[in-house]
Amino acid sequence: MTGLAFGKSRLGRGWQRGRVNGTGMDQGEAIIEVENLTKRYPGRTAVDDISFVIGRGEVVGFLGPNGAGKSTTLRILASFLPATSGTVRVAGHDVFHEPDEVRRRIGYMPENNPLHLDMRVREYLKFRSRLKGLGWRRGRERLDTVLQQCGLTGVSGRIIGQLSKGYRQRVGLADALVHEPDLILLDEPTIGLDPHQIRSVRSLVKDLGKRHTVVLSTHILSEVEMTCSRVLILHKGKILAADRTEDLEQRLSLGGQVVAEVEAPAPALMEVFRDIPGVETLDVQPLDGAFQRVTLTPRNGVDLRPVVFDEARARGWTLRELTRGRRSLEDIFVHLTRGKVREE
Amino acid sequence: MRAFPTLVRRELGMQFNSLTGYVVIAGVLLLTGFSLVDLVERIRQMPHEAPVTELFYQTAYFWLVVLLVSPVITMRSFAGEKSGGTYEALMTTPVGDWEVVLAKFAGAWLFFVLTWLPVAGVLLVMRQVTGEAALFEPRVVAVTFAGIGLVGSLFMSLGCFASALTRSEIVAAMVSFLFGIGLWMLGYRPDSSGLLPAWAAPVLEHISMTRHMEDFARGLVVGRHVVFYGTATWLFLFLTQRVVESRRWK
Repeated sequence: MTGLAFGKSRLGRGWQRGRVNGTGMDQGEAIIEVENLTKRYPGRTAVDDISFVIGRGEVVGFLGPNGAGKSTTLRILASFLPATSGTVRVAGHDVFHEPDEVRRRIGYMPENNPLHLDMRVREYLKFRSRLKGLGWRRGRERLDTVLQQCGLTGVSGRIIGQLSKGYRQRVGLADALVHEPDLILLDEPTIGLDPHQIRSVRSLVKDLGKRHTVVLSTHILSEVEMTCSRVLILHKGKILAADRTEDLEQRLSLGGQVVAEVEAPAPALMEVFRDIPGVETLDVQPLDGAFQRVTLTPRNGVDLRPVVFDEARARGWTLRELTRGRRSLEDIFVHLTRGKVREE
Repeated sequence: MRAFPTLVRRELGMQFNSLTGYVVIAGVLLLTGFSLVDLVERIRQMPHEAPVTELFYQTAYFWLVVLLVSPVITMRSFAGEKSGGTYEALMTTPVGDWEVVLAKFAGAWLFFVLTWLPVAGVLLVMRQVTGEAALFEPRVVAVTFAGIGLVGSLFMSLGCFASALTRSEIVAAMVSFLFGIGLWMLGYRPDSSGLLPAWAAPVLEHISMTRHMEDFARGLVVGRHVVFYGTATWLFLFLTQRVVESRRWK
């Protein structure tokens, strides 16, 4: 298991020399280097001895349920909170000892996208660009660019408090971008948005990924799949897995389990599908009318879908659904935690 | 201190973008209006030689306004940003802790001074109406306003400190009100009770804000008073900076 092998031994200097690390990391210059990071709050460990490296140009998702330590990790990366122990470097600068150097290089959108609701969009972004050290001339230039990039040109004179949540989110993104940071940190960028807004924010994030390094946190699996090239799965302050998104796909596919809904008598189904080569387990459940749900697990990850389709067609059975079963995020957590225990 | 002017402008803008700022100004005007009615009444009733400003600050209105209004002006400075989450956005930009503290203080102080400007106008009108130019000597009025500024700096720094301690604006307002009124009462007629030990009276006399204001209202610039407000303001700003910084070693 690639992800579970992700640990201290594979990190640190060795990675920078370009050793293949087995975590789906592309080789390149590291922008975030986290070593043995721990953050304890009174009576609670939010982040528990995690290590990871993120390279320039990557789009990485922190995936995990609430309380997994995603926000805490991002806050430490953004130099808002100090770590209890461990070292964190952003673009080679220590977040604790050189916070200003780090802050100049990051665009951070905190959880719930806090904005000054009494300000107008343009005014707010101008204010933020000044704080981030942009001069008058360059500030104006960048302002026009990000307003355009985030689709805010039409509302630049509106008061932020009167904008929809989707627009506010874009204002938050524009703020994160305004000083052209090397690294963009987004804490739950799509939370609380409606599906349409979510789509537009995701496409914006995807766009950002072409020119910037982006780290975002989310508890939505599909978000990571749509926007990120790599994912770190966090659970109870630990990294459970670090995968390329494609590998995550593999992990999710439940070893190629296939679910089909077929209109046929159950005994006939049992008989036909049991004889397909490569089928490990077979399960038939009655559905409405004459339909049955057939669940097949292959022996070694072969794709059973074409065979199932061919068999149904050959016998003239109506096939109304044919999908590969997928794990939910909760299933992955259960699966990974169990794996971890076994490994230990 | 590159971002300082930007931050100060934002602090002032915050007051004027919300109803609170206008409520504060209206409140100050209302209370000083009452005090002026009181003042006119006194001028009519008895002959006097003292400048008008002195009479003005011997009414309770002035202190009522300062004590009530200061917590309202400063309560949002840190607590409001913390509860709204914008504090995190602010503190992850390359601005220093001191820069933020001083800007918040300066913004609050400027607003405090602004709320008193209409009163200067009122004094001018009274000078026109009564025709008693001697009662409104410009130097005395100027020193009085400098005194208001000094008192304001103490209360604003105290308010910023209270606001930095908490996420709740209400708690911030209550804490700064309690601190403020406590400090003020310590020096309010310190010798009248007869219960205090002998050494306490001069100390309390020294920090008596009512005494300070009496001097300022007579047009007297007393170095001791200026030093008192200067050090007290600096002390609270220093404490505020420590609280802001504490995030980094908690």
